[in-house]
Amino acid sequence: MDFNKILIIFQKELKAYFNSTIAYVIIVVFLAIVGWFYVNNIFLIDIATMRPMFDSVIPLTFIFIIPAITMRQFAEEQKSGTIEILLTKPLSDWEIVLGKFLSSLALVAIMILPTVLYYISLALISDLDNGPILGGYLGLLLMASAFISLGLFASTLTSNQIVAFIIGMILILFLYLLDKVLIYFPGWAVTTIEYFGVDYHYSNLSRGVIDTRNLIYFFSLTGFMLYISVTSLEKRKW
Amino acid sequence: MAVTVNNLTKYYGSTQAINDITFSVDTGEILGFLGPNGAGKTTTMKIITCFIPPNNGIVEIDGYNIFEHSLEVRRKIGYLPEHNPLYPEMNVVEYLEFSARLHNISRNSINPRLKTMIEVCGLGDVRHKDIGELSKGYRQRVGLAQAMIHDPDVLILDEPTSGLDPNQIMEIRNLIKTIGMAKTVILSTHILSEVQATCSRVIIINKGEIIADSTTDKLREEFRGSEIITLLLKGDNRDPINELIPIIKKLNMVESVEFCGTENNAHKFIITSPKGSDIRENLFQFVVNNSLILLEMHRSVVSLEEVFHTLTSTGEKFKESDYSKYMPSN
Repeated sequence: MDFNKILIIFQKELKAYFNSTIAYVIIVVFLAIVGWFYVNNIFLIDIATMRPMFDSVIPLTFIFIIPAITMRQFAEEQKSGTIEILLTKPLSDWEIVLGKFLSSLALVAIMILPTVLYYISLALISDLDNGPILGGYLGLLLMASAFISLGLFASTLTSNQIVAFIIGMILILFLYLLDKVLIYFPGWAVTTIEYFGVDYHYSNLSRGVIDTRNLIYFFSLTGFMLYISVTSLEKRKW
Repeated sequence: MAVTVNNLTKYYGSTQAINDITFSVDTGEILGFLGPNGAGKTTTMKIITCFIPPNNGIVEIDGYNIFEHSLEVRRKIGYLPEHNPLYPEMNVVEYLEFSARLHNISRNSINPRLKTMIEVCGLGDVRHKDIGELSKGYRQRVGLAQAMIHDPDVLILDEPTSGLDPNQIMEIRNLIKTIGMAKTVILSTHILSEVQATCSRVIIINKGEIIADSTTDKLREEFRGSEIITLLLKGDNRDPINELIPIIKKLNMVESVEFCGTENNAHKFIITSPKGSDIRENLFQFVVNNSLILLEMHRSVVSLEEVFHTLTSTGEKFKESDYSKYMPSN
């Protein structure tokens, strides 16, 4: 694996996000949604807390924002045919997938960066518990990684961005909702199924508990989905 | 650098795209890959460039094969895919730089290399424009520049001149010819004059099989049947049919003479003689001896179009030994 090649792809994709309007639209939509809930909490409910933002607002926004970020990654290349240029250059499929993955992750990081301002403003007027907030940001990035890998995989399946978006969202929704529908499963299966749900692991982190089990879950889910994406790219070889 | 293609076979589902294709190309050769649409030209190129693998067979470039040394093979190849896909949101310099970096060109040599390619491909005026805004001709040049940015030993160009205007076609052909002197070039086309103009060797492929592999001159030469000469004479009052034709017929080696009418007092004849013979001198002597005025003498050459048409419509495999089978029957 040549890190330099990954960097080239990463830079190209990040530039592509910001050269088109996608990045700006996505960042504005995200900040508008998150900002509205933030303002609500302070001025209407009168509580200085970031909990709702970490617990539900950002994760729920991720469900549709992240597939929108990843949908173009492979679908567009497959539609315009540039995938042929990319795959006939001397770089491996893994380098391409990782470069694209990191560029999406960078965009998500840039997107959530302004929410640090919310933290600062709250910290000025009240006593915040810093642990859950640090854990929350870590959790958000890990969850974003997992969602991005799912979205990337969806994008390798088709040359149609809308289809990639919908498949990506369904995959993400499935993993996110898994531990919300445990009540419908038989008792013996609950713990196993709960373990597969994203929110189960994320909620631990956003409470400020950094447990290796949760980290391993996110790393392995992301790694597995990236592997599946590489395999899906190689489907041309079947 | 030699490209060796051995027994390539490729299926898309149950349809066979190419069947047992074998050929090799050497440095300094410009190989034209000719065939009707859907003949398997693009498939073969995609296999050589490691985009898709064959079901059977192997491609080697200078001893590196596409399965075990895919990266080395891709390093040596410059590829212009069909339809010339590009990133519309990048500008020309950005895109070429991107390609150059993917080919491991070191930071200090990127800029001189970019400059050369922009100059060679005539992209100076548009270098800072987004590719999406460029005209088709410029895009094609960007595609070529991208393929040649790392000075590859092997150039694979899938329909390099499609969509260009005649002047641009000329430029690109000259460019390919110049480059072809020191490199191995494989270009596909369905425009026959392109092969005639640029290639030293041609492979005609039809329904996934190679039906001819020869130099363009040789192919034309071998496919020529009888020699055909068109003659336009301004005569005196002699009757062309009853008085001139018998004299021409008496000339050495003339097989048949056909009279095609008179226009503005000029008679037109079509004269055939056996393959390989040259009766032009005799005809000239005849004109002089009979005090006629020669307006036109034209020897027809079998065009590659005819060769191509004969080969691809019969659908039979062509071997060097049975050229005669395809000879025109006149």
